[in-house]
Amino acid sequence: MSRSSRLYILVAFAFSVVAAACSSGSAPAPASSTAPAGGSASASAADKEWTTPNKNAAATRYSGLGEITADNVKNLKVAWSFSTGVLRGHEGEPLVVGSTMYLQTPFPNIVYALDLSKEGAPIKWKYVPKQEAAVIPIACCDTVARGVVFSNGKIFMNQLDTNTVALDAETGKELWKVKQGDYKQGQTITSAPMVIKDKVISGISGGEFGVRGFVTANDVNTGKQVWRMYSTGPEAEVGFPGSVETWKGDEWKRGGGTTWGWYSYDPELDLFYYGTGNPGSWNPDQRPGDNKYSMTIFARNPDTGKAAWAYQKTPHDAWDYDGINENVLADLNIGGQTRKVLVNFDRNGFAYVLDRKTGELLKADPFVFTNWAKSIDLKTGKPVEDPEKRTSASKNTKDICPSAMGGKNQQPVAFSPRTGLFYVPSNNLCMDYEGVEVKYQAGQPYVGAIVVSKAGPGGHRGEFLAWDPVAGKKVWGIKEPLSAWGGALATAGDVVFYGTMEGWLKAVNAKTGDVLWKFKTPSGIIGNPMTYVGPDGKQYVAVLSGIGGWSGIGVAADMSLEDESAGLGAIGAFKDLAQFSNQGGVLTVFALP
Amino acid sequence: MSRSGFLVVCLALACPGLVSGQAPRDGQRPATPRGVVAPFRVCADPENMPFSNRKMEGLENRIAAVLAQDFGGSPSYVWWGQRQGFIRNTMNATLEEGRCDVVMGVPVGYDLVHVTAPYYRSTYVFVYKRGRAPIRSLDDPALKTLKIGVHLLGNDYENPPPVHELGKRHIVDNVMGFSTFYSAENPPSAIVDAVASGKIDVAIVWGPVGGYYAARQKTPLQVTPIPSAPGDLPFAFDIAMGVKKGNDALHARVQQAMTRHRGEIDQILKDFNVPLLERKASTAR
Repeated sequence: MSRSSRLYILVAFAFSVVAAACSSGSAPAPASSTAPAGGSASASAADKEWTTPNKNAAATRYSGLGEITADNVKNLKVAWSFSTGVLRGHEGEPLVVGSTMYLQTPFPNIVYALDLSKEGAPIKWKYVPKQEAAVIPIACCDTVARGVVFSNGKIFMNQLDTNTVALDAETGKELWKVKQGDYKQGQTITSAPMVIKDKVISGISGGEFGVRGFVTANDVNTGKQVWRMYSTGPEAEVGFPGSVETWKGDEWKRGGGTTWGWYSYDPELDLFYYGTGNPGSWNPDQRPGDNKYSMTIFARNPDTGKAAWAYQKTPHDAWDYDGINENVLADLNIGGQTRKVLVNFDRNGFAYVLDRKTGELLKADPFVFTNWAKSIDLKTGKPVEDPEKRTSASKNTKDICPSAMGGKNQQPVAFSPRTGLFYVPSNNLCMDYEGVEVKYQAGQPYVGAIVVSKAGPGGHRGEFLAWDPVAGKKVWGIKEPLSAWGGALATAGDVVFYGTMEGWLKAVNAKTGDVLWKFKTPSGIIGNPMTYVGPDGKQYVAVLSGIGGWSGIGVAADMSLEDESAGLGAIGAFKDLAQFSNQGGVLTVFALP
Repeated sequence: MSRSGFLVVCLALACPGLVSGQAPRDGQRPATPRGVVAPFRVCADPENMPFSNRKMEGLENRIAAVLAQDFGGSPSYVWWGQRQGFIRNTMNATLEEGRCDVVMGVPVGYDLVHVTAPYYRSTYVFVYKRGRAPIRSLDDPALKTLKIGVHLLGNDYENPPPVHELGKRHIVDNVMGFSTFYSAENPPSAIVDAVASGKIDVAIVWGPVGGYYAARQKTPLQVTPIPSAPGDLPFAFDIAMGVKKGNDALHARVQQAMTRHRGEIDQILKDFNVPLLERKASTAR
């Protein structure tokens, strides 16, 4: 405890020197506790590695590495590549610790350790979990997994069948395994865990099936559950008051509010942050009330699980604006004052800036074309809705923007303290939400909404944009024909990377948005680029390709293109995807010659 | 158990004669020359009584056995939860060895498969204790206060049709959801058990589920079809079998077998207490 916090102070100091050049904003230091990797360059030891999914506890996806710059990125070449042997959607990113790279595949969730110290990065070990195939149909939006996390000699992973597993990072030996839920009850896990101090924090998926969301802390050494807190229900189980009264009867028991997104942590405030998903399986008409704490940003104490505050973004959701997107921690100058904030680009189209200590809402601006609400009232925190765009079982609602797939989905943003800008892979999608189509499930006919997603104004389906969080304005944007469904990476070389559903990895000037370089990887990219320094001292950029996920489910699962509402509306929006991209998980690693 | 065993033995004795006797005459079985056993590969849910389960206790298991007999053998199964991705992962599976050809129960209009003519029509029903004032429609004022149990199936707007119509009538507070993720704690009978135990006053369930479990309670229960009022969604559906799209030969073959074994199929539906309405495929999409 005291050792790791001292290390944190050192790292924080080093980081603040780097960040001092930047006037408009900086990120709190990454709480990395990994050993230095050897090698040269001016970057800190922590920057040479990538040990946690979003690079650091603040989830900035910003690397201090600067060998690859806006000037030389045009020379970037493939250094090596690796087939994961799995076909479905590859979200998440590899990690690099010392001279080993770790990556996790979609179901069956194989974990590979690759030896970077040897030519061609051979497999050091491989962990293949045993999971029943019956778990596959429970996963709503492809059998994705968003990666592993490293801490103190261990690799932690979540499996689709809800097992959290600790592996020996050196040997791949399974150290412990804990079942968090029951897939037979609709529960799965697709998100990456996060390690905070001596606890590993995991979420749960399954909002489509009325799973009552929760977050669990397990002891890193034994796997023993330390606490579990729910998104809905009595104060003792939520760690915060005010949920039960926003549901009718005991419907909070099927309240949804699943927790399948990314987690961030502020070691100074000792709070961690995450979002909860849409409310349970009832139609909106049948669950009157705000349905707290679905669609909520939670700030919790990692030792007790108790919440310091909770802010609900979309009360009484009627659009499936599943509010799980990541909360990036930064220190921004708001109204002439440096504020410790978190920034959240929500599925509902608004970019929220909150004081991360108190939960006070400071700003909320639409970052994509948004018409379901005109604005967010900063005093009440509630959206000012357009009643015409609220869906109901008894009417057809046309042209709601953004679509259920969100202004941004799971693909994480990056924040560069050098430019003070957020880099946001976004969707430009709208939807029609119509009554009623009779289908068949679990032995009985049912009625489903026809959600047809389609391109928003302009006809492009995505945009990679730079966002000024202080002004609440877009600085530049690169329109993408398909959605930008992969995450962003910002670097000290002032180059930003992102992938496209066609399979392009693009390098962009962080200041101007000029595309400086691109490479077509073997399959569509829905994963997140990352960067590291190899044992040879060179900076590398790596990305997983492998189309799938919600947007790519049509190709991943070879679904019929005749039904536009199939794949929860994804087929209508991405009918032409198969022209651009085929299945197949491949890691591609780049370096300067 | 012993009853179903008896039926299978009966069929085993009777059907080979039927197959060999009729095949040459109708001459419409190109896929199965006389004496050759054609595979009858069924896509089914391993845990979805009263329709199917791994122990072969469901009505669809029984009907599959009858049709497979007509094909000259016994059915083989590909098991998969009947949820999103069911057809994709069974009938349309990537690997041939993981595939199956026939789904035993789909509503007419289900466009992921090539549907046959319907073999039964059922409806959503009320299940309540016999002796209470009868409930005949969703507009019965009693429903505003009675405790009502319904099945929850999936995401927003994916509830059973009568549940939507309850919402339209502002019947919300007294409705209780039952999960269709079945387990030892939550068996498929749970919603009907709850009527018998008095935990709820009335269950709104799909006919075959309500009929089967109501008939197997110690407490006498009433099963009443729910009529859909003008402007309501349909509550009654024609149920057919589904064959892989494009396999017209198999479709014709299954259709013929269904016709030939009409009587046995009807008997199985009766054994399972399926509430039946007159089939009218013309009303289906």
